[in-house]
Amino acid sequence: MHELSIAQSIYETVLREMEIRELAEVSTVGVRVGALSGVMADALQFSFEAIVIDSPLAGCKFTIEEIPVHGSCQSCGKAFVVKDFLFCCPICQSGQIEVTQGYELEIAYLEVRGKGEG
Amino acid sequence: MKGGVMAEKIDLGKKVLSENDRLAGEIREKLSAHRIAALNFVSSPGSGKTSLLERTLAALKDELRIGLIAGDVQTENDANRLIKAGGRMVRPLVTGGSCHLDARMVSRVLPEMDIEQLDLLIIENVGNLVCPSSYDLGEDMKVVLISTTEGDDKPLKYPGMFRRSSIMVINKIDLLGTSDFDMAQVKANALSINANLKIFELSCRTGEGLDAWLDWLKQLVGEKRGE
Ligand SMILES: Nc1nc2c(ncn2[C@@H]2O[C@H](COP(=O)(O)OP(=O)(O)OP(=O)(O)O)[C@@H](O)[C@H]2O)c(=O)[nH]1
Ligand SMILES: [Mg+2]
Ligand SMILES: [Zn+2]
Repeated sequence: MHELSIAQSIYETVLREMEIRELAEVSTVGVRVGALSGVMADALQFSFEAIVIDSPLAGCKFTIEEIPVHGSCQSCGKAFVVKDFLFCCPICQSGQIEVTQGYELEIAYLEVRGKGEG
Repeated sequence: MKGGVMAEKIDLGKKVLSENDRLAGEIREKLSAHRIAALNFVSSPGSGKTSLLERTLAALKDELRIGLIAGDVQTENDANRLIKAGGRMVRPLVTGGSCHLDARMVSRVLPEMDIEQLDLLIIENVGNLVCPSSYDLGEDMKVVLISTTEGDDKPLKYPGMFRRSSIMVINKIDLLGTSDFDMAQVKANALSINANLKIFELSCRTGEGLDAWLDWLKQLVGEKRGE
């Protein structure tokens, strides 16, 4: 269970970004989690929500986009979604598949309430 | 909407583990500058990581200068076993609860080791097939161990780790036949996830199959030295 420490680093990164960008409030943190990242989305969601209680990010929404594994066949060039982690080309059956997506573990975006309005 | 609250989206695209990756990059550079091969041993608890290291030390300690970092959640037992097996440069790395090693922990113990005196560095990770897969430690490759007392579907259950490993060691072949573990099946499962896995089958108990592993290790060190 390392999702708690992952959530903690996300939390710290967001606070740092808020400071650098002089943001008073972040309403949503959007992250991307690849199926090969080694991180469980549910556990990460739970951990983040537990961390932000009584913090400057209290009430902040946490949105996870789960990224399936995408591969590119090194033999015939076919790009495809790798289902069930079966790294086998649907066209030529080659097992030499380069992973093009699926290792992601990143903070994709922050949403803030519009500045200087109203 | 006048006076309403508009959400503004700020694209970040920031890797969560960028600091770990940066430190791992530093470790990799440092080891490469000294032409030291580096391996990260991963497996479920009890597959035989320490046993294989004991066997490796016993066979190669006069031939290769091997540095070892023994990760453990609570104890220094594994480090003590490795010292007893003849390891001359062994550092325990007790994580105090953490289920994986990260690059920061490794970069903290590395300066305590006289790395100029090493040919090979092996890091024994915490027994866990999930969490350690996310953390680059600066190694050349991950070696994943699986033993014949585990299910032959392990690779399918932990695809991330098997995908990121370069070597798979199937240990405890002395116990083959005592369970429904199917050697052909485990290999097929692992290769369906990573067709480039190099596979060794061995027993740390009887020593069967060890020579191929030891030869490969010597070859790896030779290549790293540029021989
Ligand atoms: N029968 C048999 N037992 C083995 C073999 N290799 C290791 N063992 C036994 O398996 C148990 C666990 O071995 P370790 O080497 O401690 O395993 P480990 O992966 O280092 O364990 P952790 O560090 O706790 O994750 C010990 O009791 C070993 O004696 C083998 O090839 N055959
Ligand atoms: Mg051990
Ligand atoms: Zn193909």
